[in-house]
Amino acid sequence: MAKVTQLIHNYLRHTKKFPHVFCPGCGHGIVLGSLIRSVHAQGIPKDDIVLVAGIGCSGRIPVYVDFNTVHTTHGRALTFATGIKLANPKLKVIVIMGDGDAMSIGGNHLMHSARRNIGLTALVLNNHIYGMTGGQSSSTTPFGCYSTTTPFGQMEKEFDIAEITKACGANFVARATVMQANLMDRLISTALINPGFNLVEVITPCHTQFGRKNKYKTTVDMYKWLKKNATPIEKYVDMPPEKKKEVVSTGVFSHKDCAGLEERYAQMRQNLNGGAA
Amino acid sequence: MAKKKGQTIVKIYQDWCKGCGICVTFCPSGVLRFNNQGKAEVAHEEECINCGFCEVHCPDFAILVQPKNETGSRKNQTESMKVPASAEDSMNPSNEEIS
Ligand SMILES: Cc1ncc(C[n+]2csc(CCOP(=O)(O)OP(=O)(O)O)c2C)c(N)n1
Ligand code: SF4
Ligand code: SF4
Ligand code: SF4
Repeated sequence: MAKVTQLIHNYLRHTKKFPHVFCPGCGHGIVLGSLIRSVHAQGIPKDDIVLVAGIGCSGRIPVYVDFNTVHTTHGRALTFATGIKLANPKLKVIVIMGDGDAMSIGGNHLMHSARRNIGLTALVLNNHIYGMTGGQSSSTTPFGCYSTTTPFGQMEKEFDIAEITKACGANFVARATVMQANLMDRLISTALINPGFNLVEVITPCHTQFGRKNKYKTTVDMYKWLKKNATPIEKYVDMPPEKKKEVVSTGVFSHKDCAGLEERYAQMRQNLNGGAA
Repeated sequence: MAKKKGQTIVKIYQDWCKGCGICVTFCPSGVLRFNNQGKAEVAHEEECINCGFCEVHCPDFAILVQPKNETGSRKNQTESMKVPASAEDSMNPSNEEIS
């Protein structure tokens, strides 16, 4: 198991300030580690990777890693990524978004990226809150939970990012928690090499903005909750509905290998050119 | 992987550790504890079973778990994955980060 940390250090931008900006125990760092290990395991050269992020704490991740990186605007990371992929399909385009980015302001782009099946690897870091801007509720804040903007408890039902993305037709959809780094490595690795639109939702604690308002004394308490309640999807489907509310399902929700939009586009161009590439 | 105790060296980069406590709480062998600065430190290195949990779950890449007798066929691998010299420097960087 050794050499894991050295490997990660090899991919970091050592001109940046470390330790990174995230709060103690923020799960975003664990996801960055997993992404680096997965890229390394798949043998993808650094220069072939474009890491596109939106705005938010999760949007800070590309700052630290030595790939081609683009820090875009809140909610629109997928639109930049779609353009990059269509302009140069040889690049491996990875998109990092928070739940606010991906499913709240950017929900429409997520749905249509999945529908189009554009060849991207999307990582959604779901901490159930707007972390960076002070803990406002997002579209994934669970029903009844407290946030700056839901001081008496969230009255709206939350989105299930994995289920929505699956329903929109994405090739590969999976979910893990940051307490499952090894599972996360496997899922991200698959999401990197599978064609079409691939999404991994990662459940990650934000104690600063979410945990403190929701009766978690420490960040470690949030990790304990994840450890106890992560349930493989195969087991989850047979659980009674009231039990389902208390756990988080993890694993692979959908796995297809339909051609990505950029491949269909290239094919169409070839057809229209009378067979020439 | 053999879960034998005492085969590893465990190191915490104090400058990168934020004292979140994930490693201290979840290490199955009680290897780590908090020091008086609230950061993680190695208390019982000989108890480490090299499970790898702490390395992949530290959000700050501050833990190193390394087999003691790193020789032979593993050498090349070690070389290619070494922390670059600049990494050590950047543990105390003065340059400002741009956003
Ligand atoms: C168009 C636009 N609207 C709003 C904002 C303010 N804003 C910045 S980050 C953010 C939410 C971040 O939450 P999330 O995407 O979940 O990421 P996290 O910080 O939790 O990782 C908001 C609303 C913005 N930067 N741009
Ligand atoms: S505010 Fe939340 S999401 Fe942002 S760095 Fe802190 S713990 Fe992480
Ligand atoms: S997990 Fe990392 S940052 Fe947290 S206490 Fe342990 S060494 Fe420090
Ligand atoms: S490798 Fe496992 S046993 Fe060793 S210090 Fe880390 S968590 Fe503890």
